[in-house]
Amino acid sequence: MEQTGVLISISEIGRWSSFKSRLRTYTMVFALLVIWVIFEFATNGAFLQARNLSNLFRQMSVTGVLSVGMVLVIVAGHVDLSVGSVVCFLGALMSVMNTNHGLSPGVSLAVTVAAGLAIGFGQGFLVSYQRVPAFIVTLGGMMAFRGASMWITSNSTVPLQENWISSVGTAYIPINLGWALTGVALVVASYNMIRAYQANVRYGLDAPSPLVIAFRVATLAVVMIGFMGVLASYQGVPVPVLIMLVLMLGFNFIATKTTWGRHIYAIGGNVEAAYVSGINVKLRTLGVFMLMGLLAAVGGVILTARVGSASPDAGQLLELDAIASCVIGGTSLMGGRGSIMGAILGALVMESLNNGMSMANIEPFWQYIVKGGVLVAAVWMDIASQDKRT
Amino acid sequence: MNEANVLEMRGITKEFPGVKALNGVTFSVRKGEIHAICGENGAGKSTLMKILSGFYPHGTYSGEIRVDGKPQTYRSTRDSERAGIGIIYQELSLVKEMTVGENIFIGREPSTLGVIHWDQVYSRSKELLDSIGLKVNPRMKVKYLGIGQKQLIEIAKALSQSPRILVLDEPTSALSESEVATLLRILRKLKEQGVSSILISHKLNEVFEISDRITVFRDGKSVATHVASESSESRIIRDMVGRELKDLYPRVNKELGDTVLEVRNLTAHDPAVPGRLLLNQIGFTVRKGEVLGIAGLMGAGRSELLMALFGAFPGKFSGEVILEGKRLKIKSPHEAIFAGMSLVSEDRKRFGLVLEQTVMKNMTLAGLSRIFRFGVLDSSKEVSVSQGYVKSLRVKTPSLDALVKNLSGGNQQKVVLAKCLMTEPKVLFLDEPTRGIDVGARAEIYHLINDLAAQGMAIVMVSSELPEVLGMSDRVLVMSAGRVTAEFATADATQESIMAAATTTVSTNLH
Repeated sequence: MEQTGVLISISEIGRWSSFKSRLRTYTMVFALLVIWVIFEFATNGAFLQARNLSNLFRQMSVTGVLSVGMVLVIVAGHVDLSVGSVVCFLGALMSVMNTNHGLSPGVSLAVTVAAGLAIGFGQGFLVSYQRVPAFIVTLGGMMAFRGASMWITSNSTVPLQENWISSVGTAYIPINLGWALTGVALVVASYNMIRAYQANVRYGLDAPSPLVIAFRVATLAVVMIGFMGVLASYQGVPVPVLIMLVLMLGFNFIATKTTWGRHIYAIGGNVEAAYVSGINVKLRTLGVFMLMGLLAAVGGVILTARVGSASPDAGQLLELDAIASCVIGGTSLMGGRGSIMGAILGALVMESLNNGMSMANIEPFWQYIVKGGVLVAAVWMDIASQDKRT
Repeated sequence: MNEANVLEMRGITKEFPGVKALNGVTFSVRKGEIHAICGENGAGKSTLMKILSGFYPHGTYSGEIRVDGKPQTYRSTRDSERAGIGIIYQELSLVKEMTVGENIFIGREPSTLGVIHWDQVYSRSKELLDSIGLKVNPRMKVKYLGIGQKQLIEIAKALSQSPRILVLDEPTSALSESEVATLLRILRKLKEQGVSSILISHKLNEVFEISDRITVFRDGKSVATHVASESSESRIIRDMVGRELKDLYPRVNKELGDTVLEVRNLTAHDPAVPGRLLLNQIGFTVRKGEVLGIAGLMGAGRSELLMALFGAFPGKFSGEVILEGKRLKIKSPHEAIFAGMSLVSEDRKRFGLVLEQTVMKNMTLAGLSRIFRFGVLDSSKEVSVSQGYVKSLRVKTPSLDALVKNLSGGNQQKVVLAKCLMTEPKVLFLDEPTRGIDVGARAEIYHLINDLAAQGMAIVMVSSELPEVLGMSDRVLVMSAGRVTAEFATADATQESIMAAATTTVSTNLH
């Protein structure tokens, strides 16, 4: 996806291919708006109210956080089916430590995060250094960690004590702070876009006209101020949403701006070429799974804190929601292609469907059928549009 | 039409986009004859056999095929099998997890209403195996067999259809001495039974030992057919290379510096066949500014040599590698690049490029440290560095953002070269650097190689094209069956002397 605005085409063909890659994003945003308008009518105007949108963003935060990690796993050419169970296990671990064993919230949180990394290390080690297919390793993990969750919770719900951790799921940051963060983000983003434009001019590359840059900055400002305005008119920015946004920006930076990220895309695109180019394929793959473990820990904490308790059947099918979000957001299951921003957008589409259909009192069986249909249709459209390109 | 000809192919022309692989080839085989085909890699031998087998169906080529005087129009390989043509390909096509008997009758299982008669499968397999003198239980899984035994099973599979013409494409390249002897014995026995054989081989001593006639291919044409008993190895070699050096290869005057890379006793084991050596005590040196050419035929171990030096060889190997006086123990390409080596591999789509990524991302893949500060991308530096290479290598691409898969072969190869040069290597390994590249781009790549050598880079270039080896190298090593069989200063080398060294077989293939 083209967020940096570094357009380096030196001919019409270059400009066209760059437009094509933007077209994907535009299509997805358009589809999202269509879904929202439909639900707005179906719920007699309840869907687009600030309260519901705030709720919607908070509901999507767990799937969003997980899909951020899942993008990297899939781009590297693997898949992680265990995240739903791991999220459940880690949430349960935290609750059990905090509630049943009286450990302090800080210690419980630290151990949970460490456990997430350890689980990622174990699964990643089997996949990269021992060559066991990720599908098998994580399918095993999916079953094993579900069992482990039942074990440590004695197969019952463990409430989370009222403390600062539970606020991670339910609290809001003050509205003024939210506006301040929005302002900072807007300034940084605009600065980056303008700097990229100047770099293009300096290197004598074909850059879009200043007018186009101004239009893009203005669009970004409208979207960000609109988003904050909606949240401000209810209670502020929900903490899980803030966590998701921070992780989204951080991982987008890692994926697009670091050697590590570049290596992951090369490995997924052509693992043999990546190896011959001097990339330590095994170490990078291990790293991807460890990050997924870390994000599963974050997801587990948010989910448990939001619900206020850990239950042994929490997080079921979460892995499939995360994978679906990635795929709707343009990630190729063949590896080598996908973006963090796309996955977040995909998660927003999925959660909008969940939320909207529930509000419109559509029966659960229809909800599953519609979500499945949207998933297949999104990929179908993507493949059909690629066929024309080649 | 000659009555004794069981097969006649006339005026066969086959074109691939941009290349004429076969140009008006005429070829015939008599009943009970063993007819050998010789030629350099890419001369069109295998293409002709793929036409004969129906792999390239009727209509995709021009010309005429007659078997027993009757015109043939194969739509698939099934049709050619029915006409009595059995082919054993260079790459084995056995299913490892299935038994010997299952493999022999795969796709043609004796059955009634879809129910297989297993007793027939195994009893007939046993007969076939006995007839070629292979003592193997037909119920054994193929994966437990050695490569020589697998080759013989391919032959049993071909014989199960009682062919009248048997085609063998490089059947002995992977076999040991005794297995070769068995194979030749089988061919003689078939000859007595009136079966004709077409044998494609690089090994001229075997060719002269077994065949009645020899046809030489060069550049998509059949240049001559000799009666084996009236010809000689040197005559065949002259026909194989008979081409002139053109000024495609610019000569530059340069001074050679000190030795940069020294290799001693490099020995590598075949990961698939225990005990077989792919590289056998290889030793050589390369100097600063020197282009060392490595010639040899397919399977001589040239690519394996480069892979082993670069740390990308999958099997066990031993020996000493000394780079600028430092002894190296390289176990991965990562370490090789760090030490100052770089490899342009033989198969650029497999090992060289991430096809779905952009030109720029491919160029900077191996040298990311140059455009990253503390692991963070410097976008504008990436653009300027890549643009520098696009200009200096004259890469024809619509933009740095174009997907590399949409570029032509020559321009893709330049992207691979840019990727390798970005690591600023002291030694550059080139494996078939101009394979599948048109003449114009070739000339540019040759200029580039000369420039790099003039700047002091040491270059090791593997090539199957003798004019290229002679035109570009300062010195030539010739390899055959994993050994260095000759070393020439380019001034002393001729295509004939190189080809003679490349077709030498040293009889210690097995240890």
